[in-house]
Amino acid sequence: MNEHSPNQPGLAHHFSTPQQQKESAKLGLWIFLVTEVLLFGGLFVAYGVFRAWNPDMFHNAHRALNVVLGGLNTVILISSSVTMALAIRSIQLGNRRNTVRFLVITILLAAAFLVVKYFEYSHKIHLGQLPGKFYTYRGIEGVNPHLFFTIYFAMTGLHALHIIGGMSVLIWITLNTARGRFSADYYTPVELAGLYWHFVDLVWIYLFPLLYLIG
Amino acid sequence: MEISHARTDDHVTPLKIYLGTGSALLILTAVTVAVSRINLGGWNVVVALGIATLKASLVALFFMHLLYDKKIYLTIFLISIVFLGVFLILTMFDTMERGTVYEILANPVNPEAVIYQNQPADTVAPAGHEGH
Repeated sequence: MNEHSPNQPGLAHHFSTPQQQKESAKLGLWIFLVTEVLLFGGLFVAYGVFRAWNPDMFHNAHRALNVVLGGLNTVILISSSVTMALAIRSIQLGNRRNTVRFLVITILLAAAFLVVKYFEYSHKIHLGQLPGKFYTYRGIEGVNPHLFFTIYFAMTGLHALHIIGGMSVLIWITLNTARGRFSADYYTPVELAGLYWHFVDLVWIYLFPLLYLIG
Repeated sequence: MEISHARTDDHVTPLKIYLGTGSALLILTAVTVAVSRINLGGWNVVVALGIATLKASLVALFFMHLLYDKKIYLTIFLISIVFLGVFLILTMFDTMERGTVYEILANPVNPEAVIYQNQPADTVAPAGHEGH
């Protein structure tokens, strides 16, 4: 890691070319994303089973979610994906200042997502629309409405943890870009952080219709 | 020709592709919200998942560069989706159709048939048992 050759920035000694190093890193990140697919996959299957058992209850319970706030968060995450893509494009073109600018906007959008999520969660906690035995709300018809909120909090909670993790990575990337560690010749960490960030967006693309828009 | 400014061999996606993808994602979000307000019965979830998959494909192909990168990344990703499909479909078959199995056991065509012998009484559930 520390044996960088001066004319090949970021090249570790056990790789023969920067290209080989980059492809290995990307392959590793994609395999990590595959494990993420399976991690969220378990929850999606649980969602499918709960919903198949209680279709009417799911329909009634989903009305407790605020489509406007969910839609707003969808727009926020899509915008953050665009700014992330533009950050990578800027570093590819060697424009470090624009890279930092787009990364900061991405981080701010991620924070905005969490703020919206905070308002949604606190409203539900206030009403007692909580998982399992903590469920005290009485306004939803149907059998076992707490199941909907169990899966809602499990899925959006795990997703929110990914947002927080992604923000931490992006802050680290931003600081290192500002310090001049990345350039058009070596920007693999920026690109990998971007792949992770787009994946978090991708999960939300499925969570939004499945939780907020049950027809 | 912005691409020629790049100092690497890597593909630099044109700005208008990123902005176009972003716009398409926002429009599809509006479409999926609008469609969810129309009652299509069981088709609502199909349409919602179809639009979500279209959006996910746009993100994966353009933002995550799967369209331009080496195809090994696309292959690995698609394999994970296939296995998720196997996981989901087999589980749904099981959980939705288990009641049918109980009904078949409870209403044997020929109660004297060999397969129903040595069957403990409690595994033959009463008819109409829903399986959950």
